[in-house]
Amino acid sequence: MNAIEINSLCKSYKDFELKDITFSLPQGSIIGLVGENGAGKSTTIKLIMDAIERDSGTVTVLGTDNKSPQFKSVKEDIGVVLDEAYYPEVLTAKNVGAVMKNTYKNWNAEQYDALIKLFNLPTDKQFKDFSRGMTMKLAIAVALSHAPKLLILDEATSGLDPMIRDEILDIFNDFTRDETHSILLSSHIVSDLEKICDYIAFIHKGRLLFCEEKDVLLNEYAILKLTKAEFEAVPQRAVKGVKKSDYGVEVLVQKSAGSKAFKAEHTTLEEIILFLAKGDDAK
Amino acid sequence: MEIIISNASDKPIYEQIYTQIKNRIISGELNEGDALPSIRALAKDLRISVITTKRAYDELEHDGFIYTVSAKGCYVAQKNTEIMREGQLRQIEQHMREIMSLAPACRLSDEDIIEMLRIMQQEGNER
Repeated sequence: MNAIEINSLCKSYKDFELKDITFSLPQGSIIGLVGENGAGKSTTIKLIMDAIERDSGTVTVLGTDNKSPQFKSVKEDIGVVLDEAYYPEVLTAKNVGAVMKNTYKNWNAEQYDALIKLFNLPTDKQFKDFSRGMTMKLAIAVALSHAPKLLILDEATSGLDPMIRDEILDIFNDFTRDETHSILLSSHIVSDLEKICDYIAFIHKGRLLFCEEKDVLLNEYAILKLTKAEFEAVPQRAVKGVKKSDYGVEVLVQKSAGSKAFKAEHTTLEEIILFLAKGDDAK
Repeated sequence: MEIIISNASDKPIYEQIYTQIKNRIISGELNEGDALPSIRALAKDLRISVITTKRAYDELEHDGFIYTVSAKGCYVAQKNTEIMREGQLRQIEQHMREIMSLAPACRLSDEDIIEMLRIMQQEGNER
């Protein structure tokens, strides 16, 4: 079963258009949404939660159409963290726990307390005095504490230091030990996504450039550093992105398109995405 | 069981897992009937993708090194000498094909090649 299934999803605003987004997230896996600021990641997430009206297309979450009346009860099984988490200013972490206890049927107070402790969050500090990192950690603790089957996180790790980001990624990784648990997370910290995602969906200027298995991407693409003469010899169909300078040419190649003979350097997801985004802009 | 994944390696991750488990089975470190870690547990422990881990296990199963009992897990299969022999035969054939492609350039006849093999065997026996 797919935890999320999106088909030809469209939404247009005056100055922005999300066009024909189609991808799915198989149960038990983690998908990362990548894209520049304003690419449409948050819009996609809001459309998945039916927080904004879509223009066309379909969205199915945990087997339920998100326009159907049953979706309200499905929301119990979804833990959401948006990039701007807000709680009433005067509440403390302890208060938030008490509120959530009455909000979610499956609220697990013990787990919440354990996470608050793990994240080193103060229990008596008022929310208005929370730092960005503390805010995100509190929101993640809430999302994880009502026994969700699906986590949806929008830029949940940005603004956090590398140590706590790594801890949170570990928690996400552990969360999917259960094969009925799935995660969708968006981030522009591509290295975080590279660490834990099974699939990567790349949204660029409101369109989905690709949705692919992460390891396939890393094996398929490679970066060549060449002289201009050597570059001429590379078959054009294998070239997916080019960066030229006075000293040489850097080329992103697709290995299966016939350049196995070249000595390619191991590449990272970040490089692949930068090359592809620039290549797309040049069109 | 230790499995080392290198991100800097040229080899795809699934191949690294495949080779390391296969080598442990051939060397006898893993015996027939030994349980392997579940796909999900191994993926999460190594912090790699579940799909990739599954591909490695699928290949191991396809090549007869392990078998799956549904809802229980994966186990080391009976060592199939026939399969290993098959693999080695394939390797020999491949080397022979290389010889065949190189021989014309050196103007070696089939007899010359057979003669070379005989001489090498004799040398080997004398040693």
